[in-house]
Amino acid sequence: MTEASTARIYGLHIAVVAVLFALNFLLPDYHHGLFARILVLATFAMGYNLLFGYAGLLSLGHAMFFAAGLYGSGLAITNLGFGVVAAFIAGLGCGALLSLIVGLLALRTSGVAFMIVTMMFAQAVLLTIVYFNQWTGGDQGLVLQQASRILTVGGASFDLTAPAVRYLAALALFAIVLFLTLAIVRSRFGRVLVAIRENEERTRMLGYDTFANKLAAVVLSGVFCAAAGAAYALLFGYVGSNFASVQYSILPLLWVLAGGAATTLGPVIGTLFIYYVTDIASSYTSAWLLIVGVALILLVLFAPKGILGAVRKRWIGWLP
Amino acid sequence: MTGKGRFFDLTNGKASRRTVLKGLAAGAGLAAAPGFVRYAQAQSSAPIKIGFQAHRTGIGAAYGRWYERTTAAAVKAINAAGGINGRPIEIVVEDDGTDAARGAEVVAKLANQHKVDIVYGTLFSNVVVGSAPTAGELKIPYYVVSEGYHVASGKLNRYVFQPGITDVRAQVTSVAPWIAANAGKKVTMIFPDYAFGYDHRDYLPPALQKAGAEVVAKIAIPPTESSFTKYFPQIPSETDAIYHVMVGPAVLTFVKELGDFYGSSGPKLFGFIDSLEAVDINSPGLEYLDGSHFWEGSPRYAQADDTEAQKAYRAAVGIDDNGAAVADAKDVSTAAHMFGCWETLYVIKKAMEDAGYTGPGDRAKLVEATEALTEFAEGPEHPQGKKLFNGKIHQCFGHQNISKLEGGKLKVVHKTTIEDGMYEPEADYTKQSL
Repeated sequence: MTEASTARIYGLHIAVVAVLFALNFLLPDYHHGLFARILVLATFAMGYNLLFGYAGLLSLGHAMFFAAGLYGSGLAITNLGFGVVAAFIAGLGCGALLSLIVGLLALRTSGVAFMIVTMMFAQAVLLTIVYFNQWTGGDQGLVLQQASRILTVGGASFDLTAPAVRYLAALALFAIVLFLTLAIVRSRFGRVLVAIRENEERTRMLGYDTFANKLAAVVLSGVFCAAAGAAYALLFGYVGSNFASVQYSILPLLWVLAGGAATTLGPVIGTLFIYYVTDIASSYTSAWLLIVGVALILLVLFAPKGILGAVRKRWIGWLP
Repeated sequence: MTGKGRFFDLTNGKASRRTVLKGLAAGAGLAAAPGFVRYAQAQSSAPIKIGFQAHRTGIGAAYGRWYERTTAAAVKAINAAGGINGRPIEIVVEDDGTDAARGAEVVAKLANQHKVDIVYGTLFSNVVVGSAPTAGELKIPYYVVSEGYHVASGKLNRYVFQPGITDVRAQVTSVAPWIAANAGKKVTMIFPDYAFGYDHRDYLPPALQKAGAEVVAKIAIPPTESSFTKYFPQIPSETDAIYHVMVGPAVLTFVKELGDFYGSSGPKLFGFIDSLEAVDINSPGLEYLDGSHFWEGSPRYAQADDTEAQKAYRAAVGIDDNGAAVADAKDVSTAAHMFGCWETLYVIKKAMEDAGYTGPGDRAKLVEATEALTEFAEGPEHPQGKKLFNGKIHQCFGHQNISKLEGGKLKVVHKTTIEDGMYEPEADYTKQSL
């Protein structure tokens, strides 16, 4: 990788974050709020992409990691009286612990079995949340009151329910995870993950501990997803079991496939694309799922590697 | 009724924060200008926009369809009588997919993109709970028709109201004495293991105990379950009555398997009609329910003693004597709940008129005016019956119906008093800031 291409890659990512920062001042109210949500969910998708896109491990249970962050932070606030920062860290901790346990067990399988095992773990997490409904609120969920969502840093207080603060907090999380992902995929560890994706046997034969590398990928992916979940709880004030349902395991897969798997910016493009197709279509017809489905079919037909995957293949080969 | 949203509504939305500041300055200047009186008059006759958060898709779609029809009928009636403060109502519908996360986005979309005055109409409690923080943050009044205890519990916020339908805690508390006196002293509960079931699980046992009966078993059915026979051996043999509140498409299987399990004998049955809303009570497989009793908010079948207001309401909404659509006898309504839409819209009308509501700037006044309401008299605006309203917990209290299924129809055999369902309030939203 030349210095010129490194500068070009970092320049592009900085420009994307700069554009998103500028949008804070330009977007109309509704889209301003929607973008904040999309940035958090794009972070979730980036976490998923690290495992699916780069390490080639297709999980159908990533909702459990998002939910670990969501409930880890939400319950810490409602039951333990944690502040925003401590609750966010609690969410990250729950995600790290869960992903470590799931990784240790699920990575004993591969391929279709890995998909099924991760889906089963996620279902177990969902049913656990529903079972302990006295604390979790079950499917109805919990509300985090506005007063508990004030971030205090030093002497300054930031109300996370204020639109601009919420947007910038979501953008900060997105930017941190984006650059961490970029650093990871450009590191030696990232290249080992791609090698595992392409040919695990050969990678092992070259002397790499593929299990340890995959486990690290699962944990990193789980922590990124948990960060998104914790941020969702703190920024939007709702903690509900639907976020642990299979729907939220499928959605990041769709977002990543639509935007382009194994591209750093694909997840945010895919999340934006699916979100806006859904939002616009549902304004015109109750058959909006059909329109979303048709859009996905067209995407698969004409851009099977996703939007950025197609762009990388045809025009910009240096996209990471 | 309109349901069309616009993408990037730049005419109504703001292009930038700076533009808003300029706009405010310009607006202040305009207000002081001589031509402003004419502008204000034009505004005063503009429609009041009510955002309807509808379950058009997802598990709540059957309810959503009838909530929309009832809403359309009520709006037609209100507009024909002069609207609210002389302004017609315009309903703006957005589908929330019966999804909590989407629900919050829909509230934001209705408030910020469609620029509605208030948001209304949500049924499923997970959507209400998921949307409430957004309504509170945007400071937009949010009138739900959900029957969950979530509003009265004090866990939501000052902008959320439930003035047109009673909550499950009150319903359960009301019917418990009748169950104890008529169905049996030992009751087994079978309920879905999710939010709707929890209100029943938590409030029926103390209400029955107060009435001299007891719950001998609580059987929670996971939401993913599709077969129920394996749960029936958990029903204690001493059970006099089974209290069932199963909801969703599996209810037909549930009833059939229960019938197969008990044959021609078995405990008495008492159910909540929620299980069978929008379902023909004479569907194959439901024969086992014959002779059993149900709670109904408002009766599905026309009753011999229906008031003129009830008759007029049924005609306006378009349901026949069997509670199905006049145009399609197979299209069974959600009569036990949808009256709440009709009554909530009239509460909104009353509160807006009391507040002298002119636009979004009066939302705080509207909240206070709603909290100041105390009673809604039975009549065309409240055909289900008289209601009392507690402004501190934002919840109404009313009569409940207990109906017996016989001859393929539900006949009301007991009507509870309002006082039967009253409980000690656990919250006071009026202490929260606006």
